[in-house]
Amino acid sequence: MKILTGNDLGSGDVIWWTGSTWSRHVEDAADVATDGEAIARAEEGVRRVVGAYVIDAAPTAEGPRPAHIKDRIRALGPTVRPDLTLKPADPNAGSWVI
Amino acid sequence: MYRYDEYDQAIVDARVDEFRDQVARRLSGQLTEDQFKPLRLMNGLYLQLHAYMLRVAVPYGTLDSRQMRMLGHIARTYDRGYGHFTTRQNIQFNWIKLDDTPDILAELATTQMHAIQTSGNCIRNISSDQYAGAAADEVADPRPWAELIRQWSTFHPEFSYLPRKFKIAVIAADEDRAAMRLHDIGIQLVRQDGVLGARIFVGGGMGRTPMIASLIRDFVTADDLMSYLEAALRVYNRYGRRDNIYKARIKILLHEIGADEYRRQVEEEFSLVKQLGIDPPAAELARITAFFAPPAFDADAPDTVDRSDPDFAVWLDQNVAAHKQPGYAIVNISLKPIGGIPGDASADQIDLMADLAERYGFDELRVTHAQNIVLPHVRKADLHAIWQALSGAGLAEANLDLISDIIACPGLDYCALANARSIPVAQKIQARFADRGRQRELGELKLKISGCINACGHHHAGHIGILGVDRKGTENYQLLLGGSGAEDVSLGKITGPGFDEDGVVDAIERVTDRYLAERVEGERFLDTYRRVGFAPFKEAIYG
Repeated sequence: MKILTGNDLGSGDVIWWTGSTWSRHVEDAADVATDGEAIARAEEGVRRVVGAYVIDAAPTAEGPRPAHIKDRIRALGPTVRPDLTLKPADPNAGSWVI
Repeated sequence: MYRYDEYDQAIVDARVDEFRDQVARRLSGQLTEDQFKPLRLMNGLYLQLHAYMLRVAVPYGTLDSRQMRMLGHIARTYDRGYGHFTTRQNIQFNWIKLDDTPDILAELATTQMHAIQTSGNCIRNISSDQYAGAAADEVADPRPWAELIRQWSTFHPEFSYLPRKFKIAVIAADEDRAAMRLHDIGIQLVRQDGVLGARIFVGGGMGRTPMIASLIRDFVTADDLMSYLEAALRVYNRYGRRDNIYKARIKILLHEIGADEYRRQVEEEFSLVKQLGIDPPAAELARITAFFAPPAFDADAPDTVDRSDPDFAVWLDQNVAAHKQPGYAIVNISLKPIGGIPGDASADQIDLMADLAERYGFDELRVTHAQNIVLPHVRKADLHAIWQALSGAGLAEANLDLISDIIACPGLDYCALANARSIPVAQKIQARFADRGRQRELGELKLKISGCINACGHHHAGHIGILGVDRKGTENYQLLLGGSGAEDVSLGKITGPGFDEDGVVDAIERVTDRYLAERVEGERFLDTYRRVGFAPFKEAIYG
């Protein structure tokens, strides 16, 4: 599947396109199929996202899992600071990245 | 320390106002990202993996306590409670909001700080020797010259859009503590027949094409230094490759036309530039130099230290360096605790270091290119109290220049350019070699890790270097041996096929085991490597 990601213009937060809006959680990401670049252009035009790009992801029971480790690190947070990730209390979160 | 005059302050304040307006126009849609990106980069604001990252300049690595506390305040108020000291002697904050950035820059400006010259194709923050003004081996204090170059280079109209970024280091001793010859221009202040001048090295750098700078001028008098630099930059600005980003650094120009031809052109340009009168009048140089006068040392400060506490004695031996003034010492504060993140310091740690500098160190701190902090002037009588305070804050790791004092870039945990993580590798190596006795048995061993070919972690200059690469979506680590960023400068050699994260730690252990088997008394790792050569180590690594 293809999913769309970028950063929130003001906060810089990593965000994922859900099909109608943006979420900080990759689990909410929607399959954009071949529409990713068009959505990115439109959303950048209204300043809801910066640096948007399409990535490959694998559908899982917990939601999309980005294909590349770089995007999995973006999705969760730095592997060396679990306290600063989106799931600081989840001891298995790191293994999802690696 | 240098203090801004009204012009310096006006420049920085105006820049804050300008950027505040630019941010407002970006947020309101008057500027597109394509228009805004170069503007934010000129103010040190990058978009990194998780958020915006703000890189704050620390000119020649020098801070006072008030500035250091401001960095702690920024970390605590606008970031997530910490900052990352970099190999360019700067500091980066990893979780910055665009909306906050004008306020952050305004706060920085109140302590004479900014983020200018920390990005873009300009002359970057000037780097220097962290022991400047304290080391016995310097021929002059390099900081007045670094400051003069800072003033000359800031918003220099000819050099704001160079072919590529440009890094300058200034040192004043034969011992190179600033990796001077791995800069675009390296300046070593020297004296000839009592006259102060400089040796000029050009064309060094790391990145994807590492090169050691060539000696271009054996001696230019201090009176001519700025004109000579102007000429050296002009030739690069004219002929540097703007058509190919990978060939745009001055090292490539030197490689393509040769050092002799580059030197000839610089000399020709210098003869013209010298007539322009850009070298500072003696009064201005004296004004700047006066800010760097030695502090009021106590001539009666005791020169002995009670070494009865064995842990303190180890820290003294490892992290404290000789000072030119009897009764004083140079303290290196390691930001490399075992299992920590190289170069990171919490807001509380930053505040503590500021407090110690204010109380014991004439209000001065230095950031080192090895991502540590230095208190350059402390009484030997105060060393124990400083060590105790550092110990209570996790800042007393006695590992300067040992295998656990690892330079590591932020890597794939933070950096959008990285291909592999650096920090976890550093932590695993630290864990493997955590035993203090084992580290000290190995002696000086500079290990440097980069998470991509851009080499922010200086892997080419590591006695042992590690380069993280992306091999079909998997992190892979190449090992290099034999590099040095010091006066015995050299570039490391890749050993062969790379390893996974655990494999590279095992390989390093095989290297250190072979070193211990091969070394003769008095040798460092690098000495043994140079004496016995590459082959025994390659055999140890790959069998």
